[in-house]
Amino acid sequence: MPAELNRLTIHAAHDLLVKKQISSVELTQACLDTIKKVDGKIQAIVTGTADVALAQAQKADAAIAQGKTGPLTGIPALIKDNMCTKGIRTTASSKMLEKFVPPYNATVVEKLENAGVVIVGKANLDEYAMGSSTENSAFFTTHNPYDLTRVPGGSSGGSAAGVAAGEAIFALGSDTGGSIRQPAGFCNVVGFKPTYGRVSRYGLIAFASSLDQIGPFTHDAYDCALVMNAISGHDQRDATSAPEPVNDYTKNLNGNIKGMKIGIPQEYFVEGMQPEVDAAIKAAIKKFEELGAKVEWGVSLPSTRLALAVYYILAPSEASANLARYDGSKYGFAYLDTNSMWEGMEKTKQMGFGPEVKRRIMLGTYALSAGYYDAYYLKAQKVRTLIRREFDAAFEKYDALVTPTSPTVPFKIGEKANDPLSMYLSDVCTLPINIAGVPGISIPAGFSNGLPIGMQIIGKTFAEETIFRLSHAYQQVTDWHTRAPVL
Amino acid sequence: MKLSREEVKHIAALARLGMTEDEIEKAREQLSNILENFEVLKEVDTSDIPPTAQSISLVNVLRKDEPRPSLPAEDILANAPDREGELFKLRPVLE
Repeated sequence: MPAELNRLTIHAAHDLLVKKQISSVELTQACLDTIKKVDGKIQAIVTGTADVALAQAQKADAAIAQGKTGPLTGIPALIKDNMCTKGIRTTASSKMLEKFVPPYNATVVEKLENAGVVIVGKANLDEYAMGSSTENSAFFTTHNPYDLTRVPGGSSGGSAAGVAAGEAIFALGSDTGGSIRQPAGFCNVVGFKPTYGRVSRYGLIAFASSLDQIGPFTHDAYDCALVMNAISGHDQRDATSAPEPVNDYTKNLNGNIKGMKIGIPQEYFVEGMQPEVDAAIKAAIKKFEELGAKVEWGVSLPSTRLALAVYYILAPSEASANLARYDGSKYGFAYLDTNSMWEGMEKTKQMGFGPEVKRRIMLGTYALSAGYYDAYYLKAQKVRTLIRREFDAAFEKYDALVTPTSPTVPFKIGEKANDPLSMYLSDVCTLPINIAGVPGISIPAGFSNGLPIGMQIIGKTFAEETIFRLSHAYQQVTDWHTRAPVL
Repeated sequence: MKLSREEVKHIAALARLGMTEDEIEKAREQLSNILENFEVLKEVDTSDIPPTAQSISLVNVLRKDEPRPSLPAEDILANAPDREGELFKLRPVLE
């Protein structure tokens, strides 16, 4: 039996499970033991589900004994706490939903359970997925496993830190402007945001509905493809879910990327970018050249500079509409000590939401209000078209674009907490991808003084396969993704 | 773009979000700062550009209207902040 079961990849664990060299209960117990040992320091988990997990693991072992085994059977996972889990508290890391127990499963949770996945816990996030550090969680801040004084990124910081720390073999996160890729980059794991519509959002607590997508955190690209195989596909319960066919994403992961065309958009090598990040990404790009890909520098996506403004109009506008439902009537926190409906509603929101959520509700309400709609929301939607067209034009020439995931390595806890704008800037390389709706991944690409650096690979709409091929080929000739933090 | 306190109060009222005097002042400063960064969009000529509401081109998604069981009422009401029997209990809408 390998020493650290909880650090195995999905495919390695699967091999051992089907050969009966390990059981899912042993694998699950290894993750639960790690949670017990390190989560006091990392604080990745809002709600632990050890009992549920062990029962699911026993069920998985029974299935394996009968030879009914899929690639994810018996594999322990963390679920970001903004995806509904039937009978398991789902908080969005907000006081508003602190006691909310969903009566149904999100489609992704249903799909993972049907695939035999074991759920070991619900992972911490910035409240309602609004943030880039998990410091906006109403409960506690998650710590970066590579340096406990630094943030894990966000908003899916608990999912990223949990996988990096070996608390689970993989995790699900959600990504509205970088909330999977930025924390993946900060925690040295793989994090993938699929094409908009590829994965059902049913049961995902809505933040910005035209941008939100669910995706996996894993140790390598092969695992990422395996999880995507399980969660992708059309769902009648999400009207924006795409009816496109889903291929087996692992099919072409053979290390061969000869002749593939990669563009390097110059606007993503921004001012204020740390030189170590610049150097690491340029070294990674060289690797692609060595593997036979054709790299073209100096590609230009000039509207990139507008993406931050577009995002911070669209996302808060949609959020302000989505969060209007938390009025203290049907579920969630409620201020009941009044006979006035309006006072009840106002106090419910005042006491139930944290500062960043309130800021975005205010921003969005303003952008949508009478007299400002055309100048802000409609204008942002038009510029969105320009951003999308530039990506479409680039993908006529290139199979993929490569950029840094974030301009910096993980920052210190507290460093940006009082400056919303500088926090927003940490997502400058990831938000254009959500605006355009295209898929993007972050994969480990090096370290600077022990702190992880992520590389982003962006692909064409519904061409997730291309991204996995490039990532997998890169991981055949590098070992960043196999490094683990010392805890 | 500098917001006034009155404007901030108006937005809060539209959002039905209660705010203290301190929160109003802080929101005024922070929102004004953020709005200044949106000015960059004004320079962009979008006169012939259609808006994009969402990035994949699905329109009018319909499914068959087939009856199926709804969630058990008790599971739904279990999350109610206040209830009376099988009903959600709310403050009076008309006073």
